[in-house]
Amino acid sequence: MELVRSHILVCAGTGCSSSGSEKIIAAFEASLKEAGLDKEVKVIKTGCFGLCALGPVVVVYPEGSFYSRVTPKDAEEIVEEHILKGRIVRRLLYQETVQDDNVKSLNETGFYKKQLRIALRNCGVINPEVIDEYIAYDGYQSLAKALTEQTPEEVLAVVKASGLRGRGGAGFPTGTKWEFAMKQPPGQKYVCCNADEGDPGAFMDRSVLEGDPHSIIEAMTIAGYVIGADQGYIYVRAEYPIAVKRLKIAIEQARAYNLLGQNIFGTDFSFDLEIRLGAGAFVCGEETALMTSIEGNRGEPRPRPPFPAVKGLFGKPTILNNVETYANIPWILTQGAEAFAAIGTERAKGTKVFALGGKIKNTGLVEIPMGTTLREVVEEIGGGCPNGKAFKAAQTGGPSGGCIPAAYIDTAIEYETLTALGSMMGSGGLIVMDEDNCMVDIAKFFLEFTVDESCGKCTPCRIGTKRLHQILEKITTGRGTMEDLDLLEELCHHIKGSSLCGLGQTAPNPVLSTLRHFREEYVAHVRDKKCPAHVCKALMQYRITDACKGCTACARVCPTGAISGKVKELHVIDQDKCIKCGACMEKCKFNAIVKE
Amino acid sequence: MPNSKTAIPFKGTAQQHEQLLAVIERYKDQPGATMPVLQEAQEIYGYLPEEVQIVVAEGLGMSLSEVYGIVSFYTQFTLNPKGDIRVEVCLGTACYVKGSGEVLARVERKLGCKAGKVKPDGSFSVDATRCIGACGLAPVMVVGGDVYGRLTPDDVDGILDKYLKA
Repeated sequence: MELVRSHILVCAGTGCSSSGSEKIIAAFEASLKEAGLDKEVKVIKTGCFGLCALGPVVVVYPEGSFYSRVTPKDAEEIVEEHILKGRIVRRLLYQETVQDDNVKSLNETGFYKKQLRIALRNCGVINPEVIDEYIAYDGYQSLAKALTEQTPEEVLAVVKASGLRGRGGAGFPTGTKWEFAMKQPPGQKYVCCNADEGDPGAFMDRSVLEGDPHSIIEAMTIAGYVIGADQGYIYVRAEYPIAVKRLKIAIEQARAYNLLGQNIFGTDFSFDLEIRLGAGAFVCGEETALMTSIEGNRGEPRPRPPFPAVKGLFGKPTILNNVETYANIPWILTQGAEAFAAIGTERAKGTKVFALGGKIKNTGLVEIPMGTTLREVVEEIGGGCPNGKAFKAAQTGGPSGGCIPAAYIDTAIEYETLTALGSMMGSGGLIVMDEDNCMVDIAKFFLEFTVDESCGKCTPCRIGTKRLHQILEKITTGRGTMEDLDLLEELCHHIKGSSLCGLGQTAPNPVLSTLRHFREEYVAHVRDKKCPAHVCKALMQYRITDACKGCTACARVCPTGAISGKVKELHVIDQDKCIKCGACMEKCKFNAIVKE
Repeated sequence: MPNSKTAIPFKGTAQQHEQLLAVIERYKDQPGATMPVLQEAQEIYGYLPEEVQIVVAEGLGMSLSEVYGIVSFYTQFTLNPKGDIRVEVCLGTACYVKGSGEVLARVERKLGCKAGKVKPDGSFSVDATRCIGACGLAPVMVVGGDVYGRLTPDDVDGILDKYLKA
């Protein structure tokens, strides 16, 4: 690699790409060329830095200046001022890094201080499309060591001793899973990677694939060595075009270096990988459904046992792990099981990546040691709810999880504590909600999702989720009865107990957890016919207060002509005509229109 | 998701047919070939009408009902052509809690086209999508491949006007 005096790192993850980082890269390259610096300064596209809310993000080394919300015009200024004249463009710096006259390191900011990056160690650090950069950061070292110095049993012992548990949701011990498959008689076996990240609002796996694809290739190859498999499949969502592209590039580069293919590192071990694209079915995140889909069928789950470790893909012993789980493996093997086990809590070792979203200031990707409290994540890392609103609940586990109310904000995050609260770790979506979110509406939102995504194979899930959704619809439109609440609960338990796969068994969780922690909101909908958060349209109305100046803006914007009143006089909304679109409230300059 | 048979006449070309046969030839001896073949077929035609499913079924030695079963199972496969300009509003959790439902309602009203439908003249189609992964920019919509983030319902009209005039 050529030597250069400065590096400009531009985030090219999906978040920053959506806010235009491709154009910024082009602007940097053009400006550098114009200044005759294109040989001295290198522009590198990296994976996700985590602070998606501030995207597009640019970091200039060696200074480590962290620029946020950069535009192509700003890129010219950075080249002109920072690169050419050595003057940092303070206006564009992430303001958290600016303290009096000094510029702090990124690691001292609230967002990064409590984070520990293991699975995301290379994201935002290396160029994911260049294998040499991964190798320079100790990449493929643990594969080399495993193949040339260790037996499969020795590698397995390290994984087991680390205490690593599955990061896809259920938290099954990874080493134990590998051991089951290893103990099957020799023959055709498979290693699969679950990158079908279906939880809406979660994008941890995508960021790892986009930012550090080689770590997954290396880990899967190691898994193949341990269980005796020569073929792997990565099942990835088709909605992730950037991840798929980088993964393809990475696989080709690994093959060219003989890190995939025949006789890897000159040993007898051979292993290769194939990518299979999903087609938008949430149920395919369930392990048996995922394998049925790779086989080319409708992605319907099948009963277990037999477990995939015995009879999986194409009827052969198979292990399936989640992307984040694999991303931990190379680190564990180079740093040692003890180093990993020293992080986290008694029952959960290491770190967990969360996609922080919703009503929170610092939306983005965070990796925290297990046992970090929800308060630290929401308040310190996330920076709290914007606009001074009160934190109401955090939703984890997506459509399979539940809501954790503000009263439990000091809960330490690990598998068991979240399950005890009626939620679950899940794959890592963490959606923050404030006082303006209605919990009955949120439960209905998730049920709408599961009704849509239920594959239809088993009756409790197919019909049960539909009935749950109907009852919630009834409640949110003001037609619910108190008996409905008991019926909801009873139905939830039946669906949980009798569904075939994880989708149905967990689908009632959003209802159960909101019923448990926010029962008074359900009661308000049913008995008082009120939606306390003013979300459910049938249970709220818009009203014009005395603050009205009679400017007529609302009457002009109303699509149904429901607002009447003379110029400079108080206006009135005809509730029979109002469709509750809210256009008037947005238009009013005097905050004279209220929801109640 | 509504995924019923389309009423729009099939307008496939001989060239598209050749491409499809080449795709089938490339995959047919691989295990689990159906999904990749259907994905590439949809890239060629833009959707998967019965005419295309028949070619795939014959090429892979499957029955049409098996192919239809797979096509109708996955939300990404569509039996109806999409509009020339696709408008997709993200209804993932992060976008939903920040009000993307209101954004979708405004899009539907502006274009006179409900989610999951195509305008009769084929100019626009509107879809409510699952998470597109740009949660940091929530709420988000994608119009003809361009991503618009941090939206309020009021932004919708102005953005769509650009495409309506074009």
